[in-house]
Amino acid sequence: MAGEAVGKVRPWEENLQEESEEGSEGLTLGPLTSPVMSPSCRVSHGIAGTLLGEMALCAKKRPPEEERRARANDREYNEKFQYALIPQVSSLSWFTTIVPLVLVLAITAVKDATDDYFRHKSDNQVNNRQSQVLINGSLQQEPWMNVCVGDIIKLENNQFVAADLLLLSSSEPHGLCYIETAELDGETNMKVRQAIPVTSELGDISRLAKFDGEVVCEPPNNKLDRFSGTLYWKESKFPLSNQNMLLRGCVLRNTEWCFGLVVFAGPDTKLMQNSGRTKFKRTSIDRLMNTLVLWIFGFLVCMGVILAIGNAIWEHEVGTRFQAYLPWDEAVDSAFFSGFLSFWSYIIILNTVVPISLYVSVEVIRLGHSYFINWDKKMFCVKKRTPAEARTTTLNEELGQVEYVFSDKTGTLTQNIMVFSKCSISGRSYGDVFDVLGHKAELGERPEPVDFSFNPLADKKFLFWDPTLLEAVKMGDPHTHEFFRLLSLCHTVMSEEKNEGELYYKAQSPDEGALVTAARNFGFVFRSRTPKTITVHEMGIAVTYQLLAILDFNNIRKRMSVIVRNPEGRIRLYCKGADTILLDRLHPSTQELLSTTTDHLNEYAGEGLRTLVLAYKDLDEEYYGEWAQRRLQASLAQDSREDRLASVYEEVENDMVLLGATAIEDKLQQGVPETIALLTLANIKIWVLTGDKQETAVNIGYSCKMLTDDMTEVFVVTGHTVLEVREELRKAREKMMDSPHAVGNGLPCPEKCSSAKLTSVLEAVAGEYALVINGHSLAHALEADMELEFLETACACKAVICCRVTPLQKAQVVELVKKHKKAVTLAIGDGANDVSMIKTAHIGVGISGQEGIQAVLASDYSFSQFKFLQRLLLVHGRWSYLRMCKFLCYFFYKNFAFTMVHFWFGFFCGFSAQTVYDQYFITLYNIVYTSLPVLAMGVFDQDVPEQRSMEYPKLYEPGQLNLLFNKREFFICIAQGIYTSVLMFFIPYGVFAEATRDDGTQLADYQSFAVTVATSLVIVVSVQIGLDTGYWTAINHFFIWGSLAVYFAILFAMHSNGLFDMFPNQFRFVGNAQNTLAQPTVWLTITLTTVVCIMPVVAFRFLKLSLKPDLSDTVSGPLSAGGAGGRLSEPHGAAGHAGGGHPLSLGQTPVQPGAAVPRPRRYRCGPFPTLPGQVRYSQLVRKKQKAQHRCLRRVGRTGSRRSGYAFSHQEGFGELIMSGKNMRLSSLALAGFATRSSSSWIESLRRKKSDSASSPGGGAEKPLRG
Amino acid sequence: MAMNYNAKDEVDGGPPCPPGGTAKNRRPDNTAFKQQRLPAWQPILTAGTVLPTFFIIGLIFIPIGIGIFVTSNNIREIEIDYTGTDPSSPCNKCLSPNATPCFCTINFTLEQSFEGNVFMYYGLSNFYQNHRRYVKSRDDSQLNGDSSALLNPSKECEPYRRNEDKPIAPCGAIANSMFNDTLELFLVGNESYPIPIPLKKKGIAWWTDKNVKFRNPPGGESLKERFKDTTKPVNWVKPVYMLDSEPDNNGFINEDFIVWMRTAALPTFRKLYRLIERKSDLHPTLPAGRYYLNITYNYPVHSFDGRKRMILSTISWMGGKNPFLGIAYIAIGSISFLLGVVLLVINHKYRNSSNTADITI
Repeated sequence: MAGEAVGKVRPWEENLQEESEEGSEGLTLGPLTSPVMSPSCRVSHGIAGTLLGEMALCAKKRPPEEERRARANDREYNEKFQYALIPQVSSLSWFTTIVPLVLVLAITAVKDATDDYFRHKSDNQVNNRQSQVLINGSLQQEPWMNVCVGDIIKLENNQFVAADLLLLSSSEPHGLCYIETAELDGETNMKVRQAIPVTSELGDISRLAKFDGEVVCEPPNNKLDRFSGTLYWKESKFPLSNQNMLLRGCVLRNTEWCFGLVVFAGPDTKLMQNSGRTKFKRTSIDRLMNTLVLWIFGFLVCMGVILAIGNAIWEHEVGTRFQAYLPWDEAVDSAFFSGFLSFWSYIIILNTVVPISLYVSVEVIRLGHSYFINWDKKMFCVKKRTPAEARTTTLNEELGQVEYVFSDKTGTLTQNIMVFSKCSISGRSYGDVFDVLGHKAELGERPEPVDFSFNPLADKKFLFWDPTLLEAVKMGDPHTHEFFRLLSLCHTVMSEEKNEGELYYKAQSPDEGALVTAARNFGFVFRSRTPKTITVHEMGIAVTYQLLAILDFNNIRKRMSVIVRNPEGRIRLYCKGADTILLDRLHPSTQELLSTTTDHLNEYAGEGLRTLVLAYKDLDEEYYGEWAQRRLQASLAQDSREDRLASVYEEVENDMVLLGATAIEDKLQQGVPETIALLTLANIKIWVLTGDKQETAVNIGYSCKMLTDDMTEVFVVTGHTVLEVREELRKAREKMMDSPHAVGNGLPCPEKCSSAKLTSVLEAVAGEYALVINGHSLAHALEADMELEFLETACACKAVICCRVTPLQKAQVVELVKKHKKAVTLAIGDGANDVSMIKTAHIGVGISGQEGIQAVLASDYSFSQFKFLQRLLLVHGRWSYLRMCKFLCYFFYKNFAFTMVHFWFGFFCGFSAQTVYDQYFITLYNIVYTSLPVLAMGVFDQDVPEQRSMEYPKLYEPGQLNLLFNKREFFICIAQGIYTSVLMFFIPYGVFAEATRDDGTQLADYQSFAVTVATSLVIVVSVQIGLDTGYWTAINHFFIWGSLAVYFAILFAMHSNGLFDMFPNQFRFVGNAQNTLAQPTVWLTITLTTVVCIMPVVAFRFLKLSLKPDLSDTVSGPLSAGGAGGRLSEPHGAAGHAGGGHPLSLGQTPVQPGAAVPRPRRYRCGPFPTLPGQVRYSQLVRKKQKAQHRCLRRVGRTGSRRSGYAFSHQEGFGELIMSGKNMRLSSLALAGFATRSSSSWIESLRRKKSDSASSPGGGAEKPLRG
Repeated sequence: MAMNYNAKDEVDGGPPCPPGGTAKNRRPDNTAFKQQRLPAWQPILTAGTVLPTFFIIGLIFIPIGIGIFVTSNNIREIEIDYTGTDPSSPCNKCLSPNATPCFCTINFTLEQSFEGNVFMYYGLSNFYQNHRRYVKSRDDSQLNGDSSALLNPSKECEPYRRNEDKPIAPCGAIANSMFNDTLELFLVGNESYPIPIPLKKKGIAWWTDKNVKFRNPPGGESLKERFKDTTKPVNWVKPVYMLDSEPDNNGFINEDFIVWMRTAALPTFRKLYRLIERKSDLHPTLPAGRYYLNITYNYPVHSFDGRKRMILSTISWMGGKNPFLGIAYIAIGSISFLLGVVLLVINHKYRNSSNTADITI
C-alpha cells in the first residue's frame, strides 16, 4: 500500500515537467496515430539503403573517374561522357564500364524492391489486424495501426492485446480478467488483472462511451512489471498500478471480454520499448569482402603507380625518340605528365579486378539460397502448415558459421503444454510404454492410446498409453481411487460447463490443469465448485465434498493442501507438493513405500519430468475443530499473520500417508533434445535465455538434455548484490580450475581478464559444467566491470541458462557474446519478448505458426519447429557458407586472371594502357561469359549429401573456424589468378613473337593475339569452374557449356561482316575470329595454356586429398577418395581418415588427425549397442544418453529431483476461491450461503506475489537495470 | 525426376510434424529442384582419374611437341638485318637523314635451297605498333570507303587528321608511318648477270581485310577522282591512289598498306612483304646459292633504336618457324608425366599406410 501511495504522487510531479508532451499521451482525444509495427519496416529500408550505400561506398573508394561513372545516371551522364573521351586517358569505351554497372545496379534495385515489398506486406498484416474500437458510442473494427492513445478497445477471449491498456471492465465479476504473458516473459501461468472498482461497473457501451476519465501516468518506458499513474475522473483521483494494466503482447484468457483504455500505443508500448534498436545486419563474409575489396583497390593503385612509372620512363627513353611515328598528344609535354595520365588509364583498365558484378552475384546467390530454405519440404510443418521462411536474403552464409545459439524457452524449446505423463501409485509406476515384446517403446512406435470412452466426461485431447492404470482404476484399487480423488480435489482450478458435459477448466497453472484433466479422464471428474463445496463425479457418481480449508501454496511451503469433508462426514486432508518437502512429513510407517516412490521419483526426474508427491491424512472431528479455531485466530491476527498461518498449516500437514507421485511432462517441441545434442556435437554452444522461473528453466534444461546428471557441477548464481555475484562467479571459476581434471595453474582471474586469459581458462577446464544465472545476478554480471568475468565463466561451461531475464537483458547477453567472442550468434525465439535478442544477434530466428508473429517479423529466418534449426544450420547454412566461399575464391581468381594480363602486356606496349582484349570482351567477360557457371556453382553446389551433414556434425566446423574463405584463401586465389595471367600472356607471347600463319601472313597481329588470349582465358576459367563445381547438375552443365558456346557465338557475331558494315569504327575485329581460330597454332597455344594453368591446380588438389583430406572429402559419398571414408554402416572406420570425424567420438575427446585409430568407445556399463546399418545419427545420440543415464542410476547417484508444483504456481488463489470472488453469481446463488468476507483478497494476492518475489526460491520480480 | 525421390523422402526425412490437417498449397513442392536433389554428377579427384590424366597428357603432349619441333626445324628461314647500324654494313650510309633516296645492297648466301612457296617478310624491332595511341589512330570508316569519313576523318586520327586544311586519306599515325622500304631479291647465278626473283605482291593480306575491311571510296571515276579533296599523309611521298599501278591493288586496298594497317601485338614483329611462288616441283623455289638484296632505304628506325630485317622463310602446316611451341609441348608433356609418377608414388605410400590403418580396425 505504501508503494501505491508513493506511486500516486511521484509520477504526477514528474509529469508536471513533461506536461506539454504528455498531454496528448494522457488524454483521450489525441489524434496520435502510431503505426503498431514499424521497426521491421525500418529493417527493410535499412537494407536497401545500406546496400546502395555500400555500392556508393565502393564507388567512392575507387579513383575519381570511377566514382563519377558510378554516379552517372542522368545529369552527370554527359559530363562523364566527355570525360571518358579525354583521349589521353580513355583506354576503353564508355560502355565497357557503364553497361555492367547499370546492369548490376538494376538487378540490385529490383531485388531490394521485392525484398522491401514482401517485408512491407507482412508488416501490414500485423498493422491491419482488426481490433474493436469504441468510436462515437459504437464498436467499430479498426486496424491496429489506427488505434490511438485514448481509444477504448474491446478485447475478446484469446485475443492479443494490441496496445498497453488500462483495464476498465470485464466480463468477470469485480472487473477481473486473466491474461497469459508467455509472449512477454515466457511464464506460462495465468495472471490476474483487475479493473479499479469505479470503472469495473462500466460494462455496457453507452456508459463506456461517456467515460471521460483522464489518465496521467509515467512516460513510456521499458519496465514490464511496473506502472504508476493516476486516473482523474468525476473530480476524484484513483491510483493506478501494474495490476490494472494489460500490456501489449499478452493474451486474454478465460475472460469473455474486457474493455481497456489505450495508454501507450505503437512504439511507446512497453513491449516495443523493450525490443531494442534495429540494426543492420551484415555477414562476416560481407565485412571480409569489403576489406578485401579495399585491399584490391590498394593493389590496383600500386599496379597503376608501377605502370605509370614505367610509362614515364618509357616515354622518356623510347617515346621521345619514337615521336616521328607517334607524336605525343598536344596536351602532353613531358614524360612525367604522360606517366600521370597513364596512371589513370591503367586504373580504368585494371578496375575489373574488383568487378561490380561481385556484389550483385553475391546477392543473387543468397537469394537462391533463401529460396531453397523457403522451399525446403523438410522444414515445412504439416500441422501448422508453415514452411520455413528466409525473411532476409543477406545472411545465409552466416548460418554456416554459428557458434552460439541463444534460445528462448517457452514456445521455442517447449510447447507450452503440460502433459500428465507418469505416476507412481503406492509403489507401482504407471505410464511407461511397452511395445509388444515388452521393450520400452521409442517415440513414434507407440501403440494405440488408452481408450477413455467409458467416461462421457473425458477430455478427448488427453492421451495416455499405459492401459494398466485404467485397469487399476476399473478394478477399484483403493489407492488408485484415492490418488485420483486427491487430484480432483486438491487444486485451485475453476470449472466451467457451458453445455452439459462440456467441461472447461480454467487452471491458473498449466501443471495443475494437467493433473485435474488426468483425474477427469480416469473417472474422477472435477465438475464444479462453490466457495464451500467441490463436486466430483467419481466413476460416474456425483459426490459433493465440503471444502473446509485450502492451505494455499507458497514458495516456502512448496505444497498445497485442502481439507474436505466427504459425504460420509469424514474429514481428510489432501496434500500435494514438492518431494523434498513432503517426504519429510510422512508417517514413518510408510518407509518401504517411500523408498520405492523415491526410486520412481528419481527415474522420472532423470527423464526430465516435473514431479509432485501426493499424500493424505485423516483428521478427526475434534482435532479439526480445534485446528480450525486456531487457524481463524491466526488469520485474524494483526501482526505476522503469514507466519502464524504458516505454523498452523505446518502443524496439520504432518504424519501424512504417502499416496504416490505424479510426473508431468513440460512437453518439449518435437526433436528438441536430439537437436540440441546434434548442435552441441557441431560445436555450437546453446544458451537458454528465459523470462521464466529458475526451477522451470533448469527443469527444461534437464529434459532437453542440456543439463545432465553426470555433469561435474551445475553452478547456480543467484546473488542479489554485486559482491555476491562476483563472489559466486569467482568460486565457479575456481572450482572449474581446481577440479582434478584441470591442467591450468588454478589462479583465479583478476579483475580484468584479457582475452588471452579467457582462452587459457577455457582450455584449462575439463569436465562438464553448467551455469544457471538469475535475472538479478545477471543485471550485476552484465555491468561493465564484471561482464568479462561473467562471459569467461559462462563460456567455460557447457550449458548456460539465464532465467528471469527481461527482453532487454536477453539482448545484452547476446551483445556481450557478440562483442567479446567475435563469434557468430544466433537467437531463436517465438515471443515478443525475444524480439530484442533476435534483432541483436547476428542471425535472428523466429518460431512461426504461433499466435503472435512479432518475433517472426523481427527475425531473419522463421520456421515453426525448433528442430528445424539443425537443418537450417547444418544443411542450409553449411551449404551456403561453402558455396559462398567457393564462389568468392573463384570470382577473385577469375578476375585477377583476366585483368592482370593487361599488367604484363603493359611492359610490351610502352605502358600505354593498351588493352589486351577487344573492348567487347572486357564488357562481356564478367556479365556474360563467366557469370552464370559460377552463379550456378554458388547456388547449387554440394560437397556432401544433406544426410551426411547431419550424421557428421563436425562437418560444420570449418565454417565456425572460417576456414573456407579467409585472407589466406584469398591470397591463394589471387596468386592462382596471377599465375594464370602470367601464363595467359607469356605463352601466346612466346608462340606469337616470331611465328607466322600457315598461309605465310603475320600471326602476331594485335587482333589475333587478343582473340587467342581471350579464348584461352575463357577456356581456362571454364575448366577451372568445372574443377571447382562439385555437383554437376543439368543446370551446371547447361551454364558451363552454354557459356563457352555463347562466347564463341558472340565472338563470331562481333567479328562478322554484317556488324562491321554497319559500324566500321566499333567492330574493328572483322573477320578476325574465323581467320585466327582456323590456325592450328592458335589451338595448340590454347591447349598448352589451358593445361599449364590447370595442371598444378589438379596436382595440388589431388595431393591435399590424398595427404590431408577434409572430413567432407572423406564422407562425400560412395565414390569417396579416401576409400573407407564415410560408410555409415561402418562408422568406426571413418575416424582414422577423417581426423576427428568419427560420429561417436565427436564432442567427447578430440581425436588428433592421423592419430591412432580410436577403438570403439565403451561405456561404463557394458558395450555399446551394436549398430544396425543406416542408424540415424540422432538415435545414436539418444541411445548413448540413455545408456549413460542407466549407468548413472545403477551406480546409485541420485538424480536431481524437480518438483513441478513449486514453480508454476502463484500464491493467493486458494484465498480467492474461498472468498468466492471469482465465481459467477449464479453458482454462488446455487451455493446458497454467504461468502466469508474478504474484501481485501486482491490486495493480499498482490502482496503475496511480491513476498514470494523476495523469497529465494523463485521470485516473481524481474530485475531491471537503469 | 521428382518422382524418383518420393519414396526416398518417406524413408529418411518423413514429414516433420505428425500429419494433421490437410496440407495446403503453402507446402513446398516436392520437386528435385526445390529440394536440392537434382541428379548430379559429382566428380572427385581420385587416383583412378587424376593419375591417368597426367600420364595421358604426357603421352599426348610429348609426341605433339616432337612433331612440332621437327616440323619447325625443317622450315628454312633466313633473316638479314639491314638496319645498317654496323659501320661495316652497306646500308650504314643510309642512316643519315639527308641521303634520300638511298640504295644499298646486301649479299647473302642460302646454304640450303628453299622448297615450296617462300615468303619474304620485313621485320621491325622496337617498333611499338601496339602502343595505345598508335593502335587507335586510324579511321576504319574511312578505310572502308565511307565518303563522309573520307572527308571528315575521325578525331582518333589526330594529329594526322588534316593537313593544309585537307583531310588526310588515309588518316592517322598508323597509315602515316607506313613501311616504305623497297626490297628486291636477286639470285647470283652462274650467269654473269643476276636473276631477279619474281616477287608477288598480291595475296599477302587476309581475304577479309582485302575484301571486307578495306574498300576504296565509291565512285565510278578514276581512283584519283575518288580521293579528291584529300591529301596524302604527311610522311608519304605519294598519295594513296598511287601506291600501285594495278587498280585492284591501289588506294586503300593496296595489300602492302593493308598488311601495315594490321598492327602487330608486340614491339618486335614481322610482316609479310612478298610471296615467292613455287615454279615447279622439280626446281626449288630458291636454290642454294648467293643472293643479293637490293634495298631502297626510306624508312628510318635508327632514331628509336629500331632494327629492320628481311626474312625469307618457308612454311609448314603450322606456319613459320616456331621453336617455342615444340619445346613447350615437350617440356609440359614431360612435366606432366613426371608429376604423374610423383603423385603415383605419394599416393601409393599414403594408400599403404591408410590400408594398414583400415586393417587394424
